[in-house]
Amino acid sequence: MKKTLFDKVWDAHVVDSIENGPQVLYIDNHLIHEVTSPQAFKELEDRGIPILRPEQIVATADHNIPTTNQHEPIKDRLSRKQLDELTSNCHKNGITLYELGHKNNGIVHVIAPELGITQPGKTIVCGDSHTSTHGAFGAIAFGIGTSQVAQVFASQCLLLSKPKSLRVTVNGTLKKGVLPKDVILYIIAKLGTNAGTGYFCEYAGDVFKNMSMEGRMTVCNMSIEMGARGGMIAPDDITFDYVKGREFAPTGDEFDKKVAIWKTLPSDRGATFNQEYHFEAADIEPMITYGTNPGMGIKITGKIPENITDDSAKKSLAYMGFEQGESLINKPINFVFIGSCTNSRIEDFRIAAGFIKGKKKAKNVTAWLVPGSKKVESQIISEGLKDIFDEAGFELRQPGCSACLAMNDDKIPQGEYCVSTSNRNFEGRQGQGSRTILSSPLVAAATAIEGKIIDITKHLS
Amino acid sequence: MKKFTTLQSSAVLLVNENIDTDQIIPARFLKATDREGFGMNLFRDWKFHKNGEINEEFALNDPSYSGSILVAGNNFGCGSSREHAAWALSDYGFKVIVSSFFADIFKGNALNNGLLPVQVSEVFLKTLFQKIKDNPKTEIEIHLINQNISIKGTALSENFEIDPYKKTCLVNGYDDIDFLVASINKIEAFETKHQY
Repeated sequence: MKKTLFDKVWDAHVVDSIENGPQVLYIDNHLIHEVTSPQAFKELEDRGIPILRPEQIVATADHNIPTTNQHEPIKDRLSRKQLDELTSNCHKNGITLYELGHKNNGIVHVIAPELGITQPGKTIVCGDSHTSTHGAFGAIAFGIGTSQVAQVFASQCLLLSKPKSLRVTVNGTLKKGVLPKDVILYIIAKLGTNAGTGYFCEYAGDVFKNMSMEGRMTVCNMSIEMGARGGMIAPDDITFDYVKGREFAPTGDEFDKKVAIWKTLPSDRGATFNQEYHFEAADIEPMITYGTNPGMGIKITGKIPENITDDSAKKSLAYMGFEQGESLINKPINFVFIGSCTNSRIEDFRIAAGFIKGKKKAKNVTAWLVPGSKKVESQIISEGLKDIFDEAGFELRQPGCSACLAMNDDKIPQGEYCVSTSNRNFEGRQGQGSRTILSSPLVAAATAIEGKIIDITKHLS
Repeated sequence: MKKFTTLQSSAVLLVNENIDTDQIIPARFLKATDREGFGMNLFRDWKFHKNGEINEEFALNDPSYSGSILVAGNNFGCGSSREHAAWALSDYGFKVIVSSFFADIFKGNALNNGLLPVQVSEVFLKTLFQKIKDNPKTEIEIHLINQNISIKGTALSENFEIDPYKKTCLVNGYDDIDFLVASINKIEAFETKHQY
């Protein structure tokens, strides 16, 4: 029987199967953060159930933390309480915690790959839908609810029915200025926000084979925006080179043994998928969104569709203040956000800095740069990117989820547009009444320089 | 978990498609560390204008609608995995959500909290929309054992799918932790041969 990458990893983790029901799936790594874990700790405590494998859990504070003056006590009482609970729950249960200020602190989906926790062939869960990010390594990684966080605490397992398989193949060479973010925005715009529901998606073809690990993470990160619980890319030498030497990665002979196993993981030739889609790299242009879900995307030089009759799409356009058939080129923009678990890794800041170098941001723009982790923050400084950002008038803040979900004070004001490298353009996502336009870090950087949306393809040297 | 077998109630109608969990419960209300009290902020930014005034046009503020069933547009519950969305809907008083499609994570979260997601055909959903619009007091009956949803006073009904294991859990009030904790021996045996 020919197996897919997903089948191989899934089947190796099945503890038990219930007749006509779900399977018991073993979870290798459980990542937790302050927002979706407290109720799970409480539930176990109330039921008198101990945490089975605290050594397989890693915690970080990311969703609800300030991105300035992190050394000071947190002003917001409820945020402080949530973080204090995370700290005391981790201490009580012997869980490794990278709290605010720790050198390993950062967004959960940035730090786990960075530390080498994320490895091919593993099962990884977290109470956050963007856990799909880790699939970039050929791991099965997906977001779970808090009741499931409690289940993993109690048993290191989840009860799940095996999802169907989907493969998206993109062959060819990407045009200049087209980044991994554009590729995934293009796929979601083509397939819609629920095409992947019930499926695990494998990304295959030249484009992903030639992509860096950070680019692959950006792609897998947004799998959930087309409804897929997770995305995966076959592990290869790019993957193994990335993992090698990281803090939690195996070393010496052990590493070589692992690589030999990891090399068996890619989908067998001839393995079948329940659903397949094919796209050509040459058709993909820099993308932006115009609506209130990530499927409402167009090429940056394109026009918003005409003849929209559906009430939900009309409501969405009204919220955004856009018209059918309108082009967004030259649309004035006052806020730019480069950050989030989608695009806050060092390559994203290198790309932004490459465009910004020697230029100044437009006067009307507030431009926030929020690194995904303390490590990324130090890289920005040591590589001299901070100087470029400072000179251009961008504000480099401290790591965290920040304005992606605006749980802290990093909010976009009512009615304002924000060109953002994050993953969701839902109503009010970046603050009540805020209007989000999703883009790559290159488009975001160019928007900040010009103070309006421009045709980036004309500005590439 | 509370048991669920049957329910007869009028419904609240929310025709929008792709209702994401950020709308169900905005992120700024996720700072609480217990499960209670989220109902007061359910659909907060649709229920109220930014200036704090009530949005009279929003379905949950329309006094003609009532009941513990929410009938909503396609792809309900997409986006963030926050279980707070299921808690907020339950806390507000909903026991059943009817839609033509549910996002995966939301569906699982709802089932883990005794909130029943009933997936119907698009045709049946349109019929429900029309009947409830015509008469907001229309009673809907949900029968979990028979996996059937019907509109009272009419011959209109449809069967719905549910995972048999989840159905047993809901009917008996069990949850997954009970099952998993009872499987610890098998899990530990698996660990001895599992390499990761």
